Amino acid sequence: MNKQYEFIEHTADAKFVAYGNDICDAFENAALAMFEVMLDTACVQPLQSYDIVLSADGLDGLLHDWLSELLFLFEVEGIAFSDFDVQSIKLENKTDGEGDDNVWTLSARASGEALDVQTHGFKTEVKAVTYHDLDVTCDENGCTATVLVDT
Amino acid sequence: MSDNDNIEKVNKNVLKHVDTNVWEIPTTYQPNMRVPGRLFLSDTLLGSLEVGAMKQVANVATLPGIQKYSMAMPDVHYGYGFPIGGVAAFDEDEGVISPGGVGFDINCGVRLLRTNLTQEDMMPHGSKHDLIEKLFHNVPSGVGSKSNYRASNSELADVFKHGVRWAVENGFGVEADIEHCEGGGCIEAADPTKVSERAYKRGRPQIGTLGSGNHFLEIQVIDKVYDEAAAKAFGLCEGMVTVMVHCGSRGAGHQICDDNIGILRKAAVKYGIDLVDKQLACAPIQSKEAQDYFAAMSAAANYAWANRQMITHWVRETFESHFSMDADELGMDLVYDVAHNVAKREEHVIDGIRKNVYVHRKGATRAFPPGHSDVPSAYRDVGQPVIIPGSMGTASYVLHGTQAAMELTFGSACHGAGRALSRKKADHQFDGNELVANLEKQGITIRGTNPHSLAEEAPEAYKSSSDVVNVVHDCGIAKKVVRMRPIAVAKG
Repeated sequence: MNKQYEFIEHTADAKFVAYGNDICDAFENAALAMFEVMLDTACVQPLQSYDIVLSADGLDGLLHDWLSELLFLFEVEGIAFSDFDVQSIKLENKTDGEGDDNVWTLSARASGEALDVQTHGFKTEVKAVTYHDLDVTCDENGCTATVLVDT
Repeated sequence: MSDNDNIEKVNKNVLKHVDTNVWEIPTTYQPNMRVPGRLFLSDTLLGSLEVGAMKQVANVATLPGIQKYSMAMPDVHYGYGFPIGGVAAFDEDEGVISPGGVGFDINCGVRLLRTNLTQEDMMPHGSKHDLIEKLFHNVPSGVGSKSNYRASNSELADVFKHGVRWAVENGFGVEADIEHCEGGGCIEAADPTKVSERAYKRGRPQIGTLGSGNHFLEIQVIDKVYDEAAAKAFGLCEGMVTVMVHCGSRGAGHQICDDNIGILRKAAVKYGIDLVDKQLACAPIQSKEAQDYFAAMSAAANYAWANRQMITHWVRETFESHFSMDADELGMDLVYDVAHNVAKREEHVIDGIRKNVYVHRKGATRAFPPGHSDVPSAYRDVGQPVIIPGSMGTASYVLHGTQAAMELTFGSACHGAGRALSRKKADHQFDGNELVANLEKQGITIRGTNPHSLAEEAPEAYKSSSDVVNVVHDCGIAKKVVRMRPIAVAKG
């Protein structure tokens, strides 16, 4: 299997690049990488699922909002996630008053279980997803998603 | 900015050496700098400064309405947008406000409680292990921890509006605590209606919790007095047991920052502000977007002050029960509480003219001088206490603000010590359990939940706080009053 993600050395925070054959793959692996910053995802059983649908301006905005939604659920519902199925990422051509014509919509299912700090080998809390060096790039080889999270 | 900027160190030849420990980034360093950068650094600290951090100081200097200099305190390091340890003041009418200049953990800050106890006084009442265990139990900490206090949404709105005053009026502490917080523990501009539903959802279960990472509750002993008169005014003396609380606005603050970065990114485009770095997202101070952010940021700051106040109350209760004495007999007064991630509207004299400016301190502490009206009356002859927490297992300091700080740094000083090793590297290099055992041998008891979190907080993972404090002292920005060494720490 190809590499899903790799971490990049950063003194104050945590930075990673996620890879995928396509954009949905890359978004799944970005979510996995973010949770891997926090805990050992291999120890988390995908027992409970959450359906997530959201829209944002730009693919980088969508990536930010996708990861932020997962962090929000982690904190408020107390769920550690380890399995991500991004079913679709679509460009909506909306013409609203502000002229945003690059609104993207994501539809996904994230699965995990109630956080257990010991069982899940909890390491570092992620405070937020930043826009620093946030990037989504696709070419004929696949897609990469670069993210720096505040820890 | 490349990843290498995070690692490559500054070549000091690009800087002007203005004074001992003061370096200037000239406006020619990069395009569009409106003011120079000013770095307050010793030679040693300059030697470990990342190019990226310096570039960030220079980037901040491009923002509209910035006054005098884009500044960096001695503990400066690479952040995003603004550097950590950065200070920048913007003219109220022509300048901007930026969430990146405050940080995600709005009003991450620290407070210090005094006591009438010495270490010898503690001994007949059982070990410090017992006491730290009780504190660890009574103050919720760590990821996923929930408060012992159940707040409704309308109570939370009051917390956001009134800060420390809400806490005191609801039984968490005494009236005197309010005067001993920076700005009375409340920023009046707070508006709970500018706080998102998400922030309320995150904030409700966490009000009255310590958090995790580098946040802590520490029992300390004052082991050195540098200024007897100032120490006396602050109610401190050698051998005294003190308690320090370091934490912030938790998930509510992170959410408020995140909500507003998105809005201000769009606002920067709307108002035609050319950003050299998107993380400098900002809006003109007088715009709706900026005022809404400031109102929400103020709410988060108030939440953090209420949070630290609640924790203080539980610390006092724990000591009362452990020592079978009440908090008055124990003399557990609040010395002071400071924020180190916040934007404040303050009056400063710039080129002889009194001006209102919005001072952004991200990883920097206010350090107001003697005579200033916001310094508590008991301290007004000395200056504002500046509390600098050390990293785990290292010394903390109390300093006092000076007139020099008002002239050089908009009344600002350092906040602690920046990281030297990433969390990942530290977790790799150090074993949490071994670390705890080693620190115990040095007389420091650590009570934590998580060996990884402890490894990440290894003393060696941070720069030296004494180096940092010595620079502010030598520059005259803030003067050393006392030093404390830890004897027991509770961490999430």
